Parts: sequence; C-alpha cells; structure tokens
Amino acid sequence: MNYEKILSDRVRNMKPSGIRKFFDLAAQMDDVISLGVGEPDFQTPWSIRKTAINVLERKRIVYTANSGLMELRESISRYLKRKYNLTYDGAHEIIVTVGGSEAIDIAIRGLINPGDEVLIVEPSFVCYAPIVEMTCGVPVPIPTKEENKFKLTAQELREKITDKTKLLILPFPNNPTGGIMTREDLEAIAEVLRGTDIMVLSDEIYSEMTYGRKHCSIAELDGMRERTLVVNGFSKAFAMTGWRLGYLCGPEPVIAQMVKIHQYAIMSSPTVSQYAAIEALENCDDEVQHMVKEYNVRRRYLVEAFNRIGLTCFEPEGAFYVFPCIRSTGLTSEEFCSQLLEQKQVAVVPGNAFGESGEGFVRVSYAYSLKHLMEAVKRIEAFISERNQ
Amino acid sequence: MMNELLELLRQNARLTNAQLADMLGTTEAAVAAEIHRLEAKGIIKGYSAIINDELAKTSEVEAIIELRVTPKRDCGFDEIARTIMMYEEVESLSLMSGSYDLSICVKGNTLKEVAMFVSQRLSALDGVVSTATSFVLKRYKEKGIFIEEEEKDERGLICP
Repeated sequence: MNYEKILSDRVRNMKPSGIRKFFDLAAQMDDVISLGVGEPDFQTPWSIRKTAINVLERKRIVYTANSGLMELRESISRYLKRKYNLTYDGAHEIIVTVGGSEAIDIAIRGLINPGDEVLIVEPSFVCYAPIVEMTCGVPVPIPTKEENKFKLTAQELREKITDKTKLLILPFPNNPTGGIMTREDLEAIAEVLRGTDIMVLSDEIYSEMTYGRKHCSIAELDGMRERTLVVNGFSKAFAMTGWRLGYLCGPEPVIAQMVKIHQYAIMSSPTVSQYAAIEALENCDDEVQHMVKEYNVRRRYLVEAFNRIGLTCFEPEGAFYVFPCIRSTGLTSEEFCSQLLEQKQVAVVPGNAFGESGEGFVRVSYAYSLKHLMEAVKRIEAFISERNQ
Repeated sequence: MMNELLELLRQNARLTNAQLADMLGTTEAAVAAEIHRLEAKGIIKGYSAIINDELAKTSEVEAIIELRVTPKRDCGFDEIARTIMMYEEVESLSLMSGSYDLSICVKGNTLKEVAMFVSQRLSALDGVVSTATSFVLKRYKEKGIFIEEEEKDERGLICP
C-alpha cells in the first residue's frame, strides 16, 4: 500500500506539533522534572466528581441534544453574565463542545472559505494555524512583542488586515506568554474592527486565571458581540481537562451553522461531563478562587526567581505560565531546552513551538507544586551558573 | 498577608524569608516582621518536621487513647486536660465531640511502656471513666504529606 498516495495532501503537509520532538526526548530520560504541561495539577473539585458519580449511578447515559443539555446551556448563560457580563441565549447561541479545542475547530471550519486570511496572534496555542490550513484558509501570524507585554496592538492588527481577512484569533489570557488584554487594550482592537466584516474568535479558556484584575471579554464591548465568537471551557478553571468539555458562544445565525458540523462530527458532548459541568458553574466559585490564589503564589515566586537567575521575565498577569527570555545565554530556544533537559533533566517548552515570535523565550508552566517548582529553579540556576563559568 | 503566610508555612516551614517574600509579593523585611509578630502573639507556636519513622528507624510506638471522663463542675474538662498534658509521654491532646471526651496521642519506646502509662497513670486519674487504647500501625499521610511515597503526576511531561 502506498500510503503517501492515499493520504490527504492537506493532512500530510500539516506540520507535526513542535512539541512532539521534544516530548520524545524527555520521555526517554529518568528523573525528569517537568515544567512542561498545560493542564492544572489540581484534582477536579470533589463536588463535581461526586455529581458525576451520582449521574453514573442513577441516570441512563444517553446522547444529549446536539448543542448540549439545555440545563447546562442555561447555566453557561448565567455564568457568563455573572462573570463577564456577556449575554448569550442558552437555547440558540451556545454549543457545548468537546473541550475548547472542538469549539475552535468548528468555529474556524464554519467561517473559512478557501483563500480567506486568518489573523493569528502569536505566540499562541498550537492548533489554530493547522486547522486554518485544513480548511484551505491562509494563516497570517501577528507577532506580539515582549516590550508590549505580548499584547496585540491596534497598529499591529491594522498592518495585517487585507480585503481577504476573514477572522482574527484573539487568545487571551495567553498560552504561552501569560499576557492579558485589558478593557482599554481591547477597546483599541475593537475600534479597528467595528464596521468591518472581520469576525473575532476570542479564545478565553484561561479567563478565570488572572492575577490582579478581572478578565474582560472583547464580546462585552460596544458593537463587538455581533462579530465575536467566544470559546471557553471547563479544563483550566475547574481542573477538568480529561472531562473534555468546552463551549462556543456567538450570534444565533453563526451558531446555527456551526451546530451542523458539531452534530455530524461529534453528535453530542460527553453526557456525564455535561451534568458535572453544571455543578462546576453553579457551586464551585470557592474552589476556583482557591486554585487561583495558589497559582498566584507560584507565579510570583517564578517571576522573581527567573529575574534573579538572569533570565528576564516580564510579569504575566494571566494563565499559568511564565515566559522568560533566554537570549542572554546566547542559545536558541530549542538549544536551551534540549541542553537544560540533557544536563539538568528539567523540561520546559521552547517558545518557538508557539510561533516564530516565541523564539528567544521558553514557556514554563506553574501548574506544579511549590516544592516541585523550587527544585526545578535550583536546577535551572545551576545550569545558568555553570554556563557562565 | 497573615493567612497566606500561615498557609505557606503550614506547607513548608523551612521556606526562607526571601522565598516567602517572592511568593507573597512583598519584601523580606516585611515577612520577617510579620513572622516575628505572629510568634510573639502566639499564633505561630512552633515548627516541626514531618518524619517517616519507618525510614528514620526510630523504634518508638505510638497509640491513640480515647478517654471518657466525668467533667467537673465549673471547670468542665479543662482541669483533667491540664493534668494530662503535663505528662511528657503525651504528644497531643484534644477535647472531642462524640462518644468519648479526650483524644490522647502517646509515644513510648515499647508497647509495654505505653500500656503501663495508660493503666497506671491515666486510668488512675480522678474522673476517668474509661480508656480505649489503639496502637498506630502505619502512617500514610501526615499534615497533607504522603509519608511512604511521593504523589504521582499522571500528566505527560510536555503538552501544549
């Protein structure tokens, strides 16, 4: 069988995730201290697990409505209003998806025609460009800069807009940089977009993880709701990565089309997870707050530690990553990461895995216990001081 | 800052003031002052290590004793509790709700030593109605820390 011939060209041309190679290397080593994962180290709050157990004991686990349990969609609607002052009608404007990932997938597939340009703020999560390419769209990266705290500026946005621009992907709070967009920052972006036919895909999966100020959604700003799709989910805020549940919100005419993709590809999201998610939205504010407080302690510790070591680190205000600059070592991001792994068995992720503009940086996750972080810092410190000798 | 500081010290009392200052977003001097204040006010009573006795090869035995006592008029359980807490063998002592009154953790060199302490010293106290002694066989977790094994991280090493 000639598999080269039978496979889709688009799939074959897809780049494997930049992290993969590095992962294989780390997997062969013993005693690796990893700061490489993008998922919480907390256990899903007990009341959520308990709800799932009760559902398993008492209910038949059957398909739900395509868009998700009505009760859950109403709960999401109330939650978004309460938290971010967003107004979405549970009946027509929300789809419960298999993680934020599926929401991103159906949003892009639902919008993009061949040749449409999609502006992707970078550095950012790895899935946007490959999905755009699968739909024969054209990914157009917008690099952000450390001196702007990795925010998107109106100027940078304006420079990339052409008459083919269909969609802007706005991933804040940002993975991997930890950068956020404040209301004022977003207002400047909204000003550029109002009156255009450009849609925004606002990936707000880290919206609960902000430190110091509350998350603001671009969909809340005047004139933006009609041109925005909001992606959010349960993985990060409620430590529910393995439950695979997220949601997509947007104007009814758009959501009505996207439900079709979801319906054919997925049918409906995991039923047990959907019931558990209601408990998460309704009764777990305290648990989330506890986790965020804990993340904040670790964040402050790491920022200070990296700055002291000499890997300068801007202060990230969201997500659970710090993004120190490693240029002072004279190494590329990949060299830094593989040498650190080989010499000190510490795994961090090269910044360029998240787009070219991540070169010169590494992503360090603080979804780890303080004890773990302190051991890693000790090793990184030794790595740097041995290099400086 | 007090609650956050106490929470961190509860998890690891050996964090340096500099580390605590980083974690709390304040200065080393402020941390030192706050710890001093908490110690002076008796909010922080002391610092101790969590030890895996099995590995440390201490041959001590430990027992939990459930004590039922007749409370005294005016001072309730306090008088007998104050007497019991003076014994060196008593590691911890708490007044409980439920089917017994005082829970006492006793440490000794041998089983017999602990048993003798209970029968000769505790049982003999005025007001003690009954004792029930249970020896600790194995400790799995103490103060939030797994004693025998590290908590396993089931997550992969790297994911986006």
